[in-house]
Amino acid sequence: MTLDFTRRVEVALRLNGHDLTTVVSPRTTLLDWLREDIGLTGAKKGCNEGACGTCTVLVDGRRMNGCLTLVVQCEGRSVTTVEGLAGAGGELHPVQRAFAEFDAFQCGYCTPGQLLSAVACIAEGHAADDASVREWMSGNICRCSAYPQITAAVLAAAREEPGR
Amino acid sequence: MRDFAYARAGTAESAVRTLADPGTSVIAGGTELLNWFRLGIAAADNVVDIGGLDELRGIASDGDDLRIGALATLNEIGEHPLVTQAAGALASACLQAASAQIRNRATIGGNVLQRTRCPYFRAEEPLPWPCNKRDPGSGCTSLAGRHERQAIFGWTQDCVAVQPSDPAVALAMLDAQADVLGPAGPRTIPMREFHLTQREAADAGQPMRETRLEPGELITGYRLPASADGQAYVKVRERASYEYAIVSAAAAVRLDPVLPGACGAGRIAAARVALGSVAQRPWRLTLAEAELPGTPLTREALIPIIERAMADAAPLPQNGFKVTMARNAAVRALLTAGGAS
Repeated sequence: MTLDFTRRVEVALRLNGHDLTTVVSPRTTLLDWLREDIGLTGAKKGCNEGACGTCTVLVDGRRMNGCLTLVVQCEGRSVTTVEGLAGAGGELHPVQRAFAEFDAFQCGYCTPGQLLSAVACIAEGHAADDASVREWMSGNICRCSAYPQITAAVLAAAREEPGR
Repeated sequence: MRDFAYARAGTAESAVRTLADPGTSVIAGGTELLNWFRLGIAAADNVVDIGGLDELRGIASDGDDLRIGALATLNEIGEHPLVTQAAGALASACLQAASAQIRNRATIGGNVLQRTRCPYFRAEEPLPWPCNKRDPGSGCTSLAGRHERQAIFGWTQDCVAVQPSDPAVALAMLDAQADVLGPAGPRTIPMREFHLTQREAADAGQPMRETRLEPGELITGYRLPASADGQAYVKVRERASYEYAIVSAAAAVRLDPVLPGACGAGRIAAARVALGSVAQRPWRLTLAEAELPGTPLTREALIPIIERAMADAAPLPQNGFKVTMARNAAVRALLTAGGAS
């Protein structure tokens, strides 16, 4: 049996709780698709090579770089972006509340990626102390250098909502 | 990124069949491949996705061996109890290899096939300078330019790059075997011999070849003997987390049983040690491994043994510091593996 290589691929996935089907050219990254096709611009395009973490989203609950993920690799998966963090009534996610409370940002560009990474970091059980948060959040760069406040916010949110 | 055609493989065999066409690339995690496409390091007409192949997944004990599927991610390996117990150096190397986000995508099959971080190599096309890896025969800009991060073993005038994989160093130290599937069927490649230095490649008449993997072959997994030896992976880098190594060292140490009433440092019964980011392959210090049994596990005793094993180092004008740094990393990895630090 030979495989059938195609240049338009239909992909069914769940985005922020909604099932949808999309047709993409195979090179389309999850990041470009979210921003250009769907209009969700929360995930940012910083380095577009996996170095900065501003494009971090959750795929089946695991944090990943949207710029290093193709949409065709998301068939059947559930994607969560920063737009899907708040509750249906608009109430903020505990991690979002903690970021606001601890001033865990300055310019805000890296914040969507920091938030998604923090949600995963807490769920993974890697938000035990300062050192573990700094190690497990090292894939999210903040050039305003709000790291002390980000670390404090992640630890505070983890205390409120402990991971596994 | 140029567009390509895409198909999902249903079996490893069907994926390998598509690789008979040199215009076809494999994608698993994609954390390297997509950047190769963006920079022009690689281009493909067709991309075959092996990410859905359950046969390549999983981490399990198999008799005395540990079996790790090629699609196991660096985070899965790094936190798996079987790996942390029987191959601690590999678990540690995986967790230090990249960010948590990348480690959720990057697979152990692809990781050892990552290419050098040499900045002259990693430039976007059209390449503004010569690079023999990108344009064979054009020359090596690093040799006459900046090369403080480059090789101290095995380089040639054609190329001075190092292989940056952390897990590959642990796999070579632990005597792992790669299971490979090709058009002629399955075979195994010892991870000690998987990568080639520039000198080894030149001697084989293929100066730009980097591994013993043949075109059209796919890594399906790894098999490594479970080890009760203490293990460590030491990575020396310019920031504390999420950075490539300047040098690294993986070690496994078994100590002689301590006699009642004995004092002082324990003595080494057996030890293995490999350096990373010093050559285009993990660098086992075999001379040291032969000399270490019977040696006290102290810094003073280890230093001259490691230095003798590294006597053939050939640093470039700007990277002599890596000889000392690698020696110290090896000593620290042995001390940590033996429980002395």
